[in-house]
Amino acid sequence: MATTVGQDEDRFGPYGGRYVPEALIAALDELATTYRAARTDPEFQTEFGRLLRDYAGRPSLLYDATRFSEAVGARVLLKREDLNHTGAHKINNVLGQTLLTQRMGKPRVIAETGAGQHGVATATAAALFGLECTVYMGEVDTERQALNVARMRLLGAEVVAVKSGSRTLKDAMNEAFRDWVTNVETTHYVIGSVGGPAPFPAMVRDFASIIGTEARAQCQDRLGRLPDAVLACVGGGSNAMGIFTAFIPDGQVGLYGFEAGGEGIETGKHAATLTGGSPGVLHGSRS
Amino acid sequence: MRSSGEAFAKARAEKRAAFVGYLPAGFPSYDGCIEALRALVDGGVDLIELGLPYSDPVIDGVTIQAATEQALRQGTRIADVMRAAEAAAAMGVPVVVMTYWNPVLAYGVERFATDLAAAGCSGLITPDLIPDEAGDWLEISAGHDLDRVFLVAPSSTPARIASTTAACRGWVYAASTMGVTGAREATSSVAPDLVKRVRETTQLPVGVGLGVSNRAQATEVASYADGVIVGSALVRCLLDAADVPSGVKAVGALAAELAAGVRG
Repeated sequence: MATTVGQDEDRFGPYGGRYVPEALIAALDELATTYRAARTDPEFQTEFGRLLRDYAGRPSLLYDATRFSEAVGARVLLKREDLNHTGAHKINNVLGQTLLTQRMGKPRVIAETGAGQHGVATATAAALFGLECTVYMGEVDTERQALNVARMRLLGAEVVAVKSGSRTLKDAMNEAFRDWVTNVETTHYVIGSVGGPAPFPAMVRDFASIIGTEARAQCQDRLGRLPDAVLACVGGGSNAMGIFTAFIPDGQVGLYGFEAGGEGIETGKHAATLTGGSPGVLHGSRS
Repeated sequence: MRSSGEAFAKARAEKRAAFVGYLPAGFPSYDGCIEALRALVDGGVDLIELGLPYSDPVIDGVTIQAATEQALRQGTRIADVMRAAEAAAAMGVPVVVMTYWNPVLAYGVERFATDLAAAGCSGLITPDLIPDEAGDWLEISAGHDLDRVFLVAPSSTPARIASTTAACRGWVYAASTMGVTGAREATSSVAPDLVKRVRETTQLPVGVGLGVSNRAQATEVASYADGVIVGSALVRCLLDAADVPSGVKAVGALAAELAAGVRG
């Protein structure tokens, strides 16, 4: 795992922080302390590395997409995070947080999920560690992604279809916060995005950054140099920050994030929060 | 403008706890809300806590979620909340607004404070703003002579209770159960302990939110706290009613019961 700069990364300029009820502060402090200790603990790093290798199946392949490259007129390499166990990059962060949950002695994890990949990863890690698991998913999403719901249930997780608000991811996250504030003594909330109250954004980024650390080394092996650009899709940001982080110090590598345009930025019906959004407080942090 | 501390001072002079009643603005309708606030005042509430409806109410239970969702669906905006606050402040008891922080940021903290003061409100209760993040608000509230009510919780360390109460002005809100808002049957030994810990750090009055819904519970909380905060049970009166007039009547009846409760 790439351990990164600084000791206290609660804020990123005007962003980040902890916009949560006081009832959660003690748990966030405990998490931050546990995480800070784990970052420099060789035993934790060894265990995390072993899980990534022997359980998630890392390193993931860097695939030379030759025919695609011909078609677009640039050499394109694909970092195949889809080949990890559970089929996405989500497992990296989830394994890290589940190890921390174990260190904190908490018997239960909860998570929010949109399409279901983070929920499946959390349910899988919970099954691996013998933790109780509840996943919150918007009712609309449970219908769209019924297969993932079945998969989580098969893994022993309880899946709660959230009926409040717009019945999608943001409402699932609200409901997960409500569960957490109620059960915080026994429960860790495995946030899947580089959001939420500190220390989540920095911690999720760090656990996901194995993607870029590998990709950078694989590029140097394969190309004998760094790539000109790194492209990633941006939703909650764990995928993008996962691959970007290792390339940030390089400076000359262009980093491009792609957001979902929905019905078009001008319609307001989109998920491009960096392109079309405005700063505010949501789900415990300012962003 | 009245300070919300006045409500507690008045109750203390009568050797009893204050009754703090919550209702969200714009629910069940703008006019219905004003009528319900009037019934609350007539029933004997000492301090009104007016909720600002918000799309992501992460520490509210199903009752208040349902009410604020309805208020939003009907188009309730911050301007309506200010208008309702002004009407409530004219009813003769102090008014504080309870709001999540994002709407205040989006509106502009300075502008929000200016409008709040102009409406005759005493200040703000901020359930998801801790003093550590409240730099702007500490400064701006002082400039407008507004109360700052932050929350303490059973999980708060002694150091955090001390720093939080030091940042409060007017009174301190002790959220005495771990969890979201909502009426509860069980009483708790956690709440008296929390009140005791708060009093070790401050002279400010302490209001307790514990899911109180009836006279006996109000009497019990009043025995150890300076204020008894009731929200979901009042909202429930309006949600369960067949129509607005009967809901308003139920609010008035419950308010009278709770006002009697804080008097022992």
